[in-house]
Amino acid sequence: MDFSLSNNAQNRIAMARMLAENMMRPIARQFDEEEHTDPWDFFNMMWDASKLNREATTLGGGGGKSSGDGDKKKRSENTLLACMQIEELAWGDAGLYLSVPNPGLGGAAVQAVGTPEQKQRFLANFYEGKPKWAAMAITEPHFGSDSKQVATTAVRDGDMWVLNGTKIFCTAGHRALDKSDGFVVVWATLDKTKGRAAIKSFIVPAGTPGVTVTKVEDKMGIRASDTAMITLEDARIPADNILGTPEIIEKDSRAGFGGVMATFDSTRPIVAASGIGVARAALDLLRECLTEQGIKIRYEASPYEQTVLEREVMNMEAQLQAARLLTWKACNMMDRGQRNSKEASMAKANAGLSVTRITQKCVELAGPLGYSRKMMLEKWMRDAKITDIYEGTQQINQLIVARSILGYSSAELN
Amino acid sequence: MIDFELDEEQQLIVETVNKFAADQIRPAAREADEAATVPQRLVDAAWELGFIQGSIPEAYGGYGSGDPSAITGALVAEGLAEGDLAIALHLLSPRLIVDAVLRMGSEEQKRQILPAYLGDSFVPGSAAVVEPRMGFHFLSMKTTARQEGSEYVLDGEKCMVLLAAEAPNILVYAATGDGIGAFLVPAGAAGLEIGEREKSLGLHALATYGIKLSGCRVPASARIGGDAAVMLRRARVAQSAMAVGVAKASLDYAIVYAKDRDAFGVKIAQKQAIAFMLADMAIETEAARLLNWEAAWSIDQGTEASREVALAHRYCADMVMKVTDNGLQVLGGHGFIRDHPVEQWVRNGRGFSVFEGMASV
Repeated sequence: MDFSLSNNAQNRIAMARMLAENMMRPIARQFDEEEHTDPWDFFNMMWDASKLNREATTLGGGGGKSSGDGDKKKRSENTLLACMQIEELAWGDAGLYLSVPNPGLGGAAVQAVGTPEQKQRFLANFYEGKPKWAAMAITEPHFGSDSKQVATTAVRDGDMWVLNGTKIFCTAGHRALDKSDGFVVVWATLDKTKGRAAIKSFIVPAGTPGVTVTKVEDKMGIRASDTAMITLEDARIPADNILGTPEIIEKDSRAGFGGVMATFDSTRPIVAASGIGVARAALDLLRECLTEQGIKIRYEASPYEQTVLEREVMNMEAQLQAARLLTWKACNMMDRGQRNSKEASMAKANAGLSVTRITQKCVELAGPLGYSRKMMLEKWMRDAKITDIYEGTQQINQLIVARSILGYSSAELN
Repeated sequence: MIDFELDEEQQLIVETVNKFAADQIRPAAREADEAATVPQRLVDAAWELGFIQGSIPEAYGGYGSGDPSAITGALVAEGLAEGDLAIALHLLSPRLIVDAVLRMGSEEQKRQILPAYLGDSFVPGSAAVVEPRMGFHFLSMKTTARQEGSEYVLDGEKCMVLLAAEAPNILVYAATGDGIGAFLVPAGAAGLEIGEREKSLGLHALATYGIKLSGCRVPASARIGGDAAVMLRRARVAQSAMAVGVAKASLDYAIVYAKDRDAFGVKIAQKQAIAFMLADMAIETEAARLLNWEAAWSIDQGTEASREVALAHRYCADMVMKVTDNGLQVLGGHGFIRDHPVEQWVRNGRGFSVFEGMASV
């Protein structure tokens, strides 16, 4: 058991911290106030940095050498390093972190279930040319959590697939389709009557006829990140843009639907980490304010003498560290090649709740300063809330943990 | 690099402890609680397994291969407490003396004191930390130790002193004027008065007492180490680990019950209100475990870890109260009846916000 950070980890964190402080914080408020604008200087800078170090910003592991220690015998800590880095970037600004041009969740899907040919076509040269984004479009107006309700259809027509439907809440969908030469992975069904087994994902590149971004949402927080509604009207894509097999296999588990669901095991800790970054930003600033007021936190003071404020701060620090350790544990298991679905959901459920409470509490404790837009606490409270919702809501993750500890299938507990 | 895996030796220890707790401790727990006594056969069986001897390095006559780590101590404490808290505290009591001597004692003291705890049979340990007043805090003690020539004079009152009447020595923690000192007071010492056995909300099987020290004199050699606050932090790590063990017991028991109990045409575990309660219990227990592991690890690195220990202590005490209360709630009316252990775990669980110096790593 070891709670020390490797050299790799320390370097990764330090680099991300520099980016966060120097490139993200100075523009954070601007892109929160001016929603639906694009920080191109930031995009270009991050894109150039990513070209130099592929590992730096790809979600889901993106294949590549590890930088730093160079000792091949050392166990991989790729997932863990990604989480630590993302915590720092989100500490900088969660919306800007989500806006970084990279393969994102769309790329992660191709990485997880794509054929070598698809990976060659869509990932191998991703970082060439101008910044681009890849997104994932699952949610539709009538469902979020209940993902087998996909109603967007995919019908084979010669050597094309024809897609029809509407997707909402697609992170980076607008930038992927309209601002770059990117792509969106769209979940569609081959046959609504066949349920989950008929749901497949399709790579929809920018420029595909029939694909329109019909709305970019006005949000409570992470406002620098674009959240798109995408309408598909007889959108035509090549037949080999389907991820996984076009066969409808009843009781499908790993191929297609199951395979993409498994990516949640790595993306959930990562989303948890991003929330933790925001909460840490709030707690760090609150601590600074308290220090300025001459207020110290006496960790070992008697509960009979501790102020309510000290107690609240202690609780928040413990909650934040607990959230971080649960996240790291899920990462550690993934890096060790162990199934970590339960732990990934534990981390996500816990982080979602904790970062929401922490950021809300920090606004409360900072009084009028917390409520004012002159300070960032109110923004971080708005930014943090989504952590408890996307990539599986609090309640869905609680359900997954419950099924795991009870040994129940989704039919037995829903 | 960050790693949560146990090494081989730790895994073996955990397996052994868990088996003993499940096979021997848990089945004896109810009767021990009702009869307010820990069965001798259990004490003897635990002695055979060697938890205490394993925490003492070979150089001093024990089985331990190296410097006993706080993490390993936490693993043992959690496992035994999952069986039963009162019994676990009883079985681990020798460590209250042994750990203090190993961590803070002189070579002379180690050679003098440790052999008594390495014999053929179990010898209980005892420590006096908590004081009987509402405002008590482990860093502000009213029991004093005043140096007079080659002796210390101890004055004050303690409560929740486990096995005070059974142990050959009590390690008394007292304010020395420039911190906290630990003093080994032998049974029968003049000026040491052991009161009636206490009756508490929980821990019925564990014998605890109030004691009074009135001008109790001990030689300077009875003082173990200098600043003894470090041992009280280690105690908190052990206690926090035990809180995790008690919480796990409650969680696991509630899961079994909920999967069996029918209501409204399904098992109650299939109802979201119950399922989510259990999920939250599982998450909170694991979160607490990891926080305390980090605190234990920090101590093993040689740091004071006062912040980490304080945060883990508060978190674990709050967690075990919530988890054991929910564990009872899952059983409904049956949870209120002593035939099931969940109500006892609530009564034991409440203690973690009060316990100081009851165990050690």
